Amino acid sequence: MTAALSDPGEPPRLRGDLAIWVFILAELLAFGVFFAAYAVTRAYNVEAFNTAQAGLDRNIGAINTLLLISGSWCVVRAVQAARADRQTPAMRWMGVALLCGLGFLVAKVFEYQAKFALGLTMDSDTFHMFYFSLTFFHFMHVVLGVCILAILLFKLGRGAYGSHDVHGLETGAAYWHMVDLAWIVLFPLVYVMR
Amino acid sequence: MKYTSQAVAKPYFIAAMGLFVAQVLFGLIMGLQYVIGDFLFPHIPFNVARMVHTNALIVWLLMGFMGSAYYLVPEEAETELHSPKLALILFWVFLIAAALTVIGYLAVPYATLARITGNDLLPTMGREFLEQPTITKIGIVIVALGFLYNISMTFLKGKKTAITSVLLLGLWGLAIFFLFSFYNPHNLVRDKFYWWWVVHLWVEGVWELILGALLAFVLIKVTGVDREVIEKWLYVIVTLALVTGMIGTGHHYFWIGAPEFWHWWGSIFSALEPVPFFAMTLFAFNMVNRRRREHPNRAATLWALGTGVMAFLGAGVWGFMHTLAPVNYYTHGTQITAAHGHMAFYGAYVMVVITMISYAMPLMRGRAANSNKAQVVEMWGFWLMTVSMVFITLFLTAAGILQVWLQRVSETPMSFMATQDQIALFYWMREVSGVIFLIGLVVYLISFFVKGEEQAA
Repeated sequence: MTAALSDPGEPPRLRGDLAIWVFILAELLAFGVFFAAYAVTRAYNVEAFNTAQAGLDRNIGAINTLLLISGSWCVVRAVQAARADRQTPAMRWMGVALLCGLGFLVAKVFEYQAKFALGLTMDSDTFHMFYFSLTFFHFMHVVLGVCILAILLFKLGRGAYGSHDVHGLETGAAYWHMVDLAWIVLFPLVYVMR
Repeated sequence: MKYTSQAVAKPYFIAAMGLFVAQVLFGLIMGLQYVIGDFLFPHIPFNVARMVHTNALIVWLLMGFMGSAYYLVPEEAETELHSPKLALILFWVFLIAAALTVIGYLAVPYATLARITGNDLLPTMGREFLEQPTITKIGIVIVALGFLYNISMTFLKGKKTAITSVLLLGLWGLAIFFLFSFYNPHNLVRDKFYWWWVVHLWVEGVWELILGALLAFVLIKVTGVDREVIEKWLYVIVTLALVTGMIGTGHHYFWIGAPEFWHWWGSIFSALEPVPFFAMTLFAFNMVNRRRREHPNRAATLWALGTGVMAFLGAGVWGFMHTLAPVNYYTHGTQITAAHGHMAFYGAYVMVVITMISYAMPLMRGRAANSNKAQVVEMWGFWLMTVSMVFITLFLTAAGILQVWLQRVSETPMSFMATQDQIALFYWMREVSGVIFLIGLVVYLISFFVKGEEQAA
């Protein structure tokens, strides 16, 4: 599969637009600062964080991780298909990726609902301040990512991408992978690590 | 100058420079009052000098933005301004309103001004930077609406570019956020929210869009780099500025009674606010390095580069210095804030307006650039003002550090006034730097009258 991702004869180039990479770096910086703040604060309150963390629903978290990773894989397949001028499979893969993103959002809403039902908010304690801040900040990125995937799907349908041009498609795909990557750090850090 | 109607920018620029002089003079008066408390008392009390200093700044920057927009939008839209006559009428309305307001500040006590301007009908006065009488505020709204109508109509009938879109978004945002100044709730916490939604969302939000658009315009003109490249940078910069700036508003919620999570959100996002400013510096230098022509107006290029660097230092670095909640706990409302305020306003907004003036004024006077001699004088003005502003900032920073130490960190904290006595030396040095700043400003203004061989437009 790696072979299919990049043509060995092709000189190395940045996939997607340079501007999106500036954004991605800025986004990762924001997530990184948030993660570091969480880690440092946790180091001073290990007991309290562990107790509060036990209340999180790791099953929903795990399902969401699966959804995002699968979604990213589908996006990769969609880009590959588009590059090979196979428009219908490209749309199908993109459609599934979009469903994965939407599934993540639905699961997250259920998760929040359960937390609110217990009366937990950002003001409950430091752990929940971080839990809500980090996951909500990420949630908003998934919302934006889903919008981007929807636009890509729409444009695929109109034949905008193919072997002649995948620039916009790769640009949107890169953003989606960033959303995925941030979650892959967030999930173990906030839900799993003791 | 491609369209005759662009010339309406000229009176705006001239009035802006006049108010700039007034602002600096009152700054010097205040600076002296820091060390000689009864200087000019009772004629110009400290609070009045401060009001004139800050209000004059805001008004002249608004004049500068308006003049810049009147110059820029027709050129970008490739059409004449919708109504040059309206622009000139509004200019006089604005100038007279500003002059009357300053006279009001100086002639009568503030409470009297509030009474005779009918503040009790719709109380909006008394808040820092928004001290203007309610009728002046209404005047500002009318001028802004007329201005936005004029500019938007020009935009709509002509070519739409990224630069004009971003500029218009910034200018509309400026007008809309100003409306929060009309709401003055009794609850002090809520009052602070609305106040910051004007003050912060202006300078760390929509004004940055104006800054980015003006800088991009001048850089296209002086470097000849492809519009596509410059516009992409512009989009990246304004997006980063808006996201960090808007959530970064949280750094004002630390101690006003807002929920505690703002300590984190405010700290983290405002800590990222230097990023767009850094991008702007990279952008300016990158474009000038990739220039495809040698524009005869080297002074304008210098101002453009200076804007990038000084905005990054003043707004970015000096802002970051005291934006984290645990640091701000000690530095809040000290001379550290004053240091940041001075360099940020100068580096970001004063310099970008002067960049536009420096680029557009020679063209409006019928030449591509001023004579070499005039440009050399202008560059002297640049260096004198910029270097003395660096020193003003450094001295205020030193004063601030000492103040924080003596008044807030020490085991035996001193009172506010006793601390002020201890840091007087720095206030003196700041005042000397201020005088050099004024000399720089005068040199800059003289450059407008220096003759010599000029290049035809």
